[in-house]
Amino acid sequence: MSSPDQLIIFDNVSKFYGEILGVNRVNLRIAPGITSLVGPNGAGKSTLMNLMTGLLRPTRGSITLVGIPTDQPQELFRKVGYCTQFDSFPRGMTGREFVNSFLIVHGYDRKRANELSQIALERVNLVEAADRKVAGYSKGMRQRIRLAQSIAHEPSILILDEPLNGLDPMVRAETIALFRRLAAEGLHLIISSHILHEVDMMSDRVVLLNNGYIVAEGNIHGVRDEMEEHPMQILIRCDQPAKLAAYVFEQNHVVEARLHDDRRGLFVKTRDADRFYLKLNRAVADGEVNVETVAPVDDDLSAVYQYLIGPSGGSA
Amino acid sequence: MSSAVETVPAKSNDWALWLRQIGAIFRLEIEKNFLGRRSILIYLIALLPLFPLLIFALVTPPGREWQDINQYNMLYAILYNGLMLRTVVFFGCAWIFMNLFRGEIVDRSLHYYFLSAVRREVLVVGKYVSGLVTSIILFTSTTVVAMLLLFLPHIYSQSVRFFTEGRGLSHLLTYAGITMLACVGYGAFFLVVGLFVRNPIIPAVLLYFWEWLNFLLPPVLKKISVIHYLNSLVPVPISQGPFAVVAEPTPAWIAVPSMLGVTILVLILAAYRIRHLEIRYGSD
Repeated sequence: MSSPDQLIIFDNVSKFYGEILGVNRVNLRIAPGITSLVGPNGAGKSTLMNLMTGLLRPTRGSITLVGIPTDQPQELFRKVGYCTQFDSFPRGMTGREFVNSFLIVHGYDRKRANELSQIALERVNLVEAADRKVAGYSKGMRQRIRLAQSIAHEPSILILDEPLNGLDPMVRAETIALFRRLAAEGLHLIISSHILHEVDMMSDRVVLLNNGYIVAEGNIHGVRDEMEEHPMQILIRCDQPAKLAAYVFEQNHVVEARLHDDRRGLFVKTRDADRFYLKLNRAVADGEVNVETVAPVDDDLSAVYQYLIGPSGGSA
Repeated sequence: MSSAVETVPAKSNDWALWLRQIGAIFRLEIEKNFLGRRSILIYLIALLPLFPLLIFALVTPPGREWQDINQYNMLYAILYNGLMLRTVVFFGCAWIFMNLFRGEIVDRSLHYYFLSAVRREVLVVGKYVSGLVTSIILFTSTTVVAMLLLFLPHIYSQSVRFFTEGRGLSHLLTYAGITMLACVGYGAFFLVVGLFVRNPIIPAVLLYFWEWLNFLLPPVLKKISVIHYLNSLVPVPISQGPFAVVAEPTPAWIAVPSMLGVTILVLILAAYRIRHLEIRYGSD
């Protein structure tokens, strides 16, 4: 269990914009690693991130990041970097000047600021374009220079609002690899994204938001396991799917068994995946069937998202 | 990634850090103030009094009274009060100081400062100082050039004597000092207005009329203005017209500290405001 000085803690946080709900009664404890905020547009992802970084103030409740309250920017932003979704920049600056100037505002001397800018620009693969004006950058380059600015002061918490937006597939893959490396170095990474398979690929845990409320949080498989109202769906590729169907259907936790269209597999819906796997092992051991593969069909973020938020969930 | 703490001064050295940060903010802002796209209007405002004076310099005024240095003294006093203080410095400061924060909100770039490891109060000081230096450089230069441009072309030898042997230099420095003090006072006011009000034009216009109507106000209300204290300091008092309510000018030893004191209070208000300011560009 991590100590409060290692966690990002939301304690009963609500944010209202006048009478409009931003987020409500958020209680979270986020440990190091990659945590993704997932939800449709307007779910409250950016609000949560802006609250975390003090750009917004909670209407109720309190937030601390590794023990630092969000109203102490001078302490907070030595440890936190935030790549926002705001696609705007101070006018007239080159990429390097942009990264450099805010390092100097942080308090670094010019020499150290230059070194840190160079490292950040290398990490986001933008060295060649660094001395061009930001105004002439493509959307993907602007995204990367913002990312460089947010990591340049070597924060231990990195908050990234839709960081993969506008990136081409190659850079996307590089950026995800960078996130993984940063997480492996012990950083907190809080990422919002609506591209579910990418979130699924890189996240240690997810926070699902809808209409300002947290609807689920934790390891994605753990979240899936707790959704008892949606039985787990498993596809078993085997030589005798009909026989296996009869075999498993005796179990009261199995609610549905359906042959695959190609008749070489069986879909099973079960309320208790662990007991089902035990039963399946026994069937194999008893020589009832020869199993080629077993794979959960709806044990990913997309399925959880569909079940909890529904198909109308905005852009997700 | 390693922590940045070892290269950023620790808490015990807060003042050194704050001064460095103020310097960094100042450099960023001063460049914007002088070279940004919003600076064009500032230059036009600063040059405004010089255009009529340039034309006047080319024309020899008729009448013997224009050979008298006192005539020019009075003319400059009127010009300084009506055009310099109430128009150039007022609107120049409005534009410079309101844009320090409001301009960044419009450009959606204020959050970069808010996401830096810098106290927001330090940000207010850095920006205010940059605005102050910009306005003082521009408008004090205008004050000085305007005075020289009025005096020198027509009665050159008298004017040289006036500035070297007479009260000319003292007048010039006093006018320059009043311009600086006006930048301090109006600057603080407009900085706060830019932080509190989404459309700062309205309070600026209200203050403009309040300052213009100052001559009609009873003595107590006169003191709730910037122009009253500035007028108290001018070396050549001018008549405010037959309808003016006459009030004793405030002595300089009260006027200057009062202006500075109010400015500090206004800046404290700005610091309080910015601590609670949220970044919600959509609603701005």
